[in-house]
Amino acid sequence: MLNLIGNYSLVLALTISIIIIFLSFKTFKSKENITFNIFFIISSQFFLICISFLTLLLAFVYSDFSNLAVYFNSHSSKPLFYKISGTWGNHEGSLLLWLLVLSLFNLIFYIKSKKLLNAFRSLTIFFQQIIILGFLLFIFFTSNPFQLVIPTPIEGLGLNPILQDPALAIHPPILYLGYVGSSIIFSSSLSALVCNYVNKEWASDIKKWTLISWIFLTVGIMLGSIWAYYELGWGGFWFWDPVENVSLMPWLCLTALLHCTSVLKKRLNLKSWTIILAISTFILSMSGTFLVRSGILNSVHTFANDPERGLFILIFLTFLILISLIIYFKHNNFNQENKSFIFSKESAIVINNWFMMYFLSVVLIGTVYPIFLEAITNEKISVGPPYFNQLIIPFLIPFLIIMALGPKLEWIKNKKVRVKLTKIILFVLSIFISYLIVRHFSTKVLYLTILISPSLYLFFISVIDLNDEKLKLSQKLSHFGFSILIVSIILNSLFSEEVSVNLKKGEERQLSNYLLKFKNITKTEIDNFTSLKAEIHVIQNNKELKFYPELRLYKVPETITSEADIKTNLFNDNLVVVNYLKDTDYLNIRYQKKPFMLLIWISAILLAIGGMIGLRKDFK
Amino acid sequence: MYGKKVKLRILFLSLILAVLILTVFLVLKSLEENVVYFISPSEIKELGEIDYNKKYRVGGMVKKNSVNMSADYVKFIITDFKSEISVKYSGVIPNLFIEEKGVVAEGFLKDRNFLEASKILAKHDENYMPPEVKEALKEK
Repeated sequence: MLNLIGNYSLVLALTISIIIIFLSFKTFKSKENITFNIFFIISSQFFLICISFLTLLLAFVYSDFSNLAVYFNSHSSKPLFYKISGTWGNHEGSLLLWLLVLSLFNLIFYIKSKKLLNAFRSLTIFFQQIIILGFLLFIFFTSNPFQLVIPTPIEGLGLNPILQDPALAIHPPILYLGYVGSSIIFSSSLSALVCNYVNKEWASDIKKWTLISWIFLTVGIMLGSIWAYYELGWGGFWFWDPVENVSLMPWLCLTALLHCTSVLKKRLNLKSWTIILAISTFILSMSGTFLVRSGILNSVHTFANDPERGLFILIFLTFLILISLIIYFKHNNFNQENKSFIFSKESAIVINNWFMMYFLSVVLIGTVYPIFLEAITNEKISVGPPYFNQLIIPFLIPFLIIMALGPKLEWIKNKKVRVKLTKIILFVLSIFISYLIVRHFSTKVLYLTILISPSLYLFFISVIDLNDEKLKLSQKLSHFGFSILIVSIILNSLFSEEVSVNLKKGEERQLSNYLLKFKNITKTEIDNFTSLKAEIHVIQNNKELKFYPELRLYKVPETITSEADIKTNLFNDNLVVVNYLKDTDYLNIRYQKKPFMLLIWISAILLAIGGMIGLRKDFK
Repeated sequence: MYGKKVKLRILFLSLILAVLILTVFLVLKSLEENVVYFISPSEIKELGEIDYNKKYRVGGMVKKNSVNMSADYVKFIITDFKSEISVKYSGVIPNLFIEEKGVVAEGFLKDRNFLEASKILAKHDENYMPPEVKEALKEK
């Protein structure tokens, strides 16, 4: 019953989508005012997709195993929270969520854009509906979440235990809000191109959408990172894994776009560049979905996949890229913009935009090169972190310095080029501190140490800037957050320590400065898994730390996950992860000391808060 | 001969070109150095010359009854049912490292029969197999 309701509301939504495409194009052509009808139709489409999503949610909550998606990804013994998050933990459900957010944003755009040009509005809705239609077809033909299983199974196959985690339960929806937010940016910039509407009004509208996607994407990436940190127990926050890269690329693009829209809003400059960025952001988000879902990527994150899905997204993607290219070259008739290079805020933003594009290309090449090489030569390779570090670190130096100095420059032209004494003193100070750090600690990663002084410099400047009344709070806060992020990342990678050993119960072992003791192990049965809790003591300089890392043996599906025991304070994370080997008494124990982990998360939150403040101001 | 503006523009364009070429060069060079090749145990046997300073990823199945644990390391055999290779590894062992399941070990080859691994790759779900392993197994 539920299945049928869900399925038919999707069918109706599809029909409505075609009606909206037709109507919105008609209003655009005839230059009429948008009528009440369109609002009614758009909201009923959203309503229908909502119903369809809710029925899937209910099917998961009530464990209706006659639904194929539920059967494959749920189990009646699962806690309620994970039954709900299981809705989007699988491929079909997550696409339905994409669709829900797409139509939600379509509705919000309609409501919020009343003051804007009519032709522009209807055309934006037209493009947005094309995307919605594409996703609807995709869902129908390759990944319908409402397929029936006959006869109805008694029990489901269970959700992958590694995904049963609070951070990961909310990670996909938030990340999707970010990805999908860029769809509005995409439709609206194509439509603005056609209507010749690339002006200050448009810029301030698109800035809101950019900020919204940026905030969600930032938080989404952070949640994914936190999950990888404590659930996969790799003891890091970034691994240059293809799936991570795929979310980083739209983020870089959005960040660049965010800064460009300010230039466009204030100075009516960089028109075509803004459009290009807006288009690429969405294309990158779509390709991200394509790469993750098609199973092409050789990643530790990869789920079992279906190549047919990849093909569909690829065709759809090519189609979107083609339309945007055609529209871009047909309508790109901006007057010669003022391109001369002057010492100003714009130039600082433009230069850093280029740097960001460079970082983006490095990440892009590192991610897709293995795919192409395999297609051409059949050679299988993977690109490791050293590639990214080598190519990105040196270029971060000018990037950070420009980021430190840029906000203080004036628009148009900075007339008085005065070098303030404080800035020089701070610069010398940061070089001196980095010298001290290199000198006094035997650092392993020499390459990274060149980044200490520029990042400290950025940190000092942004701290001082916090008191500057002339700058916007949102900008100050985000730059401050970024400076903490980069400083803590560097210190974290310089001073992390780790030891690992295999021990039997009761054994102990000295490894460099640490004495590891495997004291005890206890077994308890909880809901849907058996928990093995080990007691590990780590002794360093007569200080004893007790850790209780856990292993969870799940029955359905039969899987083991490790839960790290992490002791966090502001300056240091100490964590112990254990793994277990079947048929042996050994426990594989790893102890890690990770400085400034908490600051990395806090700084990402600061970035997002800065964005939210900017958004609030824009809505006033 | 040319106006000042044209000269400036030519200079600017050639500068951009130079930067682009430099970037491409840097990227390619760095790629070449940091790429890890994936091979199956049989392919190692057929390899003309082994580069001992290059990282390889070897994929296949963990052979039954081959896992040997001790305090500092774990030793096991990766097989693709045609050839096999011994692996010695110290470090974190992923939870899904189980005998007769797919595995990918990354590290330096010591000779044709021995790999000193620095990483064992973990996977998300128990049914998932790296495409590389799947293919290596399919060929058997």
